[in-house]
Amino acid sequence: MGTLGSKIQQVMNEPGCATNLAKPGSERKKGCNKLLAPGAAAGGCAFDGAKIALQPITDVAHLIHGPIGCEGHSWDARGSKSSGPLLYRTSFTTAMSEQDIVFGGEKHLYQAIKEIVKKHNPPAVFVYQTCVPAMIGDDLEAVCRAAAKKVGRPVIPINAPGFVGSKNLGNKLAGEALLDYVIGTEEPEETTLYDINIIGEYNLSGELWQVKPLLDELGIRILASISGDARYHQIACSHRARVAMMVCSKALINVARKMEERYGILFFEGSFYGIGDTSESLRKLSQMLVSRGAPAELLERTETLIKREEARAWRNIAPYKERLAGKRILLYTGGVKSWSVVAALQEAGMIITGTSVKKSTPGDKERIMELVKSDAHLYDNLKQREMYRILKEERVDIMLSGGRTQFVALKAKVPWLDINQERHHAYAGYVGMVSLIREIDKALFNPIWEQVRRLAPWECEKTENALQLHIA
Amino acid sequence: MAKITVGQKRCTVNPLKISQSIGAALAFMGVHNAMPLLHGAQGCTSFGLVLFVRHFREAIPMQTTAMSEVATVLGGFENVEQALVNIVGRAKPAFIGICTTGISEIKGDDISGFLKLIRATHPELDSTALVDVSTPDFEGAFQDGWAAAVTRMIEELVEIPLLANRLTKQINVLPGCHITPGDIDELRDIFESFGLDPIFLPDLSGSLDGHIPEEYSQTTMGGVTLDQIRRMGSSVCTIALGEQMRGAAITLEHRTGVPYRLFERLTGLAANDALMSYLSSISGVAVPRKFRRQRGQLVDAMLDGHFYFGGKRVAIAAEPDLLSAMAQWLCEMGCVIQAAVTTTQSPALERVSAEEILLGDLEDLEMRAAGADLIVTHSHGRQAAERLNVPLFRMGMPLFDRLGANHQVSVGYRGTRDLIFEVGNIFLANAHEPTPASWMRTDAYAQPCASIAMQ
Repeated sequence: MGTLGSKIQQVMNEPGCATNLAKPGSERKKGCNKLLAPGAAAGGCAFDGAKIALQPITDVAHLIHGPIGCEGHSWDARGSKSSGPLLYRTSFTTAMSEQDIVFGGEKHLYQAIKEIVKKHNPPAVFVYQTCVPAMIGDDLEAVCRAAAKKVGRPVIPINAPGFVGSKNLGNKLAGEALLDYVIGTEEPEETTLYDINIIGEYNLSGELWQVKPLLDELGIRILASISGDARYHQIACSHRARVAMMVCSKALINVARKMEERYGILFFEGSFYGIGDTSESLRKLSQMLVSRGAPAELLERTETLIKREEARAWRNIAPYKERLAGKRILLYTGGVKSWSVVAALQEAGMIITGTSVKKSTPGDKERIMELVKSDAHLYDNLKQREMYRILKEERVDIMLSGGRTQFVALKAKVPWLDINQERHHAYAGYVGMVSLIREIDKALFNPIWEQVRRLAPWECEKTENALQLHIA
Repeated sequence: MAKITVGQKRCTVNPLKISQSIGAALAFMGVHNAMPLLHGAQGCTSFGLVLFVRHFREAIPMQTTAMSEVATVLGGFENVEQALVNIVGRAKPAFIGICTTGISEIKGDDISGFLKLIRATHPELDSTALVDVSTPDFEGAFQDGWAAAVTRMIEELVEIPLLANRLTKQINVLPGCHITPGDIDELRDIFESFGLDPIFLPDLSGSLDGHIPEEYSQTTMGGVTLDQIRRMGSSVCTIALGEQMRGAAITLEHRTGVPYRLFERLTGLAANDALMSYLSSISGVAVPRKFRRQRGQLVDAMLDGHFYFGGKRVAIAAEPDLLSAMAQWLCEMGCVIQAAVTTTQSPALERVSAEEILLGDLEDLEMRAAGADLIVTHSHGRQAAERLNVPLFRMGMPLFDRLGANHQVSVGYRGTRDLIFEVGNIFLANAHEPTPASWMRTDAYAQPCASIAMQ
């Protein structure tokens, strides 16, 4: 595990991460790997993170080396969409048995890789390590090397067994695997001055497709999306891009920074959530492409497009203003996503009563304060019990959060909208923001709320009145 | 009797199986004010938790010992200790069920020994019942973990009664993991109609039936209470539902002398007739009128429905007890089992009439399901069903792409009647209109009983 250990050290001490740089020297090496409290932990493991980061690569076979618990419970659960190949939705696992544990699982793994290639002929096989084979000492890298020779194509080891750390660490280790084994191994058929990479976008619910038409219109080509709706070949060629955009999640910051170091691909951190952020990201992409040699007229075309799209988005949000004005909203999400959408929510007249700042840097916090002004609460860590109380007792009209807190809201009979990764609606780009406002409107004004909050006849003091109303 | 074969593939493709560890965790959730704890990496818990949330559409109480790489190597005593202290400090459960995972089993952590040591030094845990169960995920399947957890709860919690002080109306019910919260509600209604007072272990009907609690709770609400479990030794009998519960029923009988009767399934006319006779004999109450009516309705539904079931070819993949119940019932309705795939060995499989039952995965099912009229399996069968253009009836765990998994009922006369309507309507909706070409196919004549709609 020597190599894995040093790899973890390396990604922990990420110089590209502002949060990490803000810490004192000794703290910095620990990175964001918080010590987990047994009996009080809630997140996914490193393997989970690795799979999240890479599974959106659609034409690759993703093989999980471990007992059934790792893959059996988690496959086909994420909404990463594909515009073509569907192999990524097929689940492959060695489903290790007791026999594998006694005799070692390497041979089993080797044969599994051969079986997959024979059946599906994928351009590459990604093999994920898990805790059990890591414990018994299965040498993932060696098996992948031997198998690659045998099957005549890349077999990529993803060494992120669950117990090494959090989901976030797993994202980064997955990124390291791409850097070590995939990126720069193939050449594109052609390159243009408008080639970009988008890093850390997973095309959940098809969000990439909400933005891609705008890039297409500007003539900007996504050489590789890492990894939403990606093909193996695109990622292998991604070192030929001119610039890169790292979307809001910092999950793959190591990939963005190392590609800048190795291949001179300048990157910036942007977001496609929110109208202003989308415009800012498009502007920045154009500016950077121009600075790297694309014709300057791109800037002007970008401004024209931004102007047109912004106007259209605000126009489409306007009809909701009257209905949403004064509605009180509790935003509870880990990422930077919340402040990206705040502007749009405010434009629709909504009031932010509180938001979480758990994963935010001091810079982020300042920005939120500036945006929400008023007396909104900033929650560092809102316990579910407290959240339930707030929803029940204080006036909150709707909560926007992730699936983990869904039932806190619903059981408190408060409208709720999923804005995390498991959501079924796409909220990226200009159209996405309009669609977010529409979804909020739908959730808020659903006729069930008035009904489910009514007391049952036997709870009602004036039962008879209620019954009479009913009959009337 | 079917030939039971084990797949020879090296790579499992599209798994049918889920692990013992979370099977045990779910069983623990059928206890009131409980918190299941998985002794493993935090991913073991979070994957299981997400799976249950998607299935039940409920908040799921489940914790982890959050084993790190170092802790795994050095042993997990401190992690188990800290986890218990933290859980009791934060959520104050009456009961914590501790399930092992692959990593803690390979390391060889002796949980029972840990618990003795922890008990000795942590008086603050005195009022919390603790039960551990060995559930490595490299062995067995979901229903094995469920059954093991129930057996362990009986061993640790049921009190040995003083002399034969039997309560004539109290019965124990040990439902298998394929019995849904909706099934339990239905069964409770049946038992109570005979004047009986059933204790279900576990009882998901209170904890995971989708209800609106008065206040927020971090642990399970509803479910069987510890007090009820302790009193199971004074019941007049135990009814075990599904072959998987035989071991637990025998353990209970050995411990307390309460005799058991195993019903391998409660789907179908004959199966429910047997239940009615048994309940009538133990309660001394004649079968109530409402069940006589329900039986009539079921018989009528069978008459109305058999036209659409007769000769239909069904491919089914499920855990042994669910597979056995559904396959036998479908055959009783006139269907033919074209393919059967399951997760783990069980005597229940012997009663399924199919040529072969394969211990395999959903790829195996897909390869055998072409041309079938229906696929029966859990939600992960959706890709295969779509590719083969065969309708899918979702049953088992997980059901994440349909509403109402917790209220799907398939037991009793009424449950069977409604199941006929549900499955029969799928056959009706997918009936193929004949075309001139459909009569050109030689295989339309080749097999007696085969559907004309072979593709």
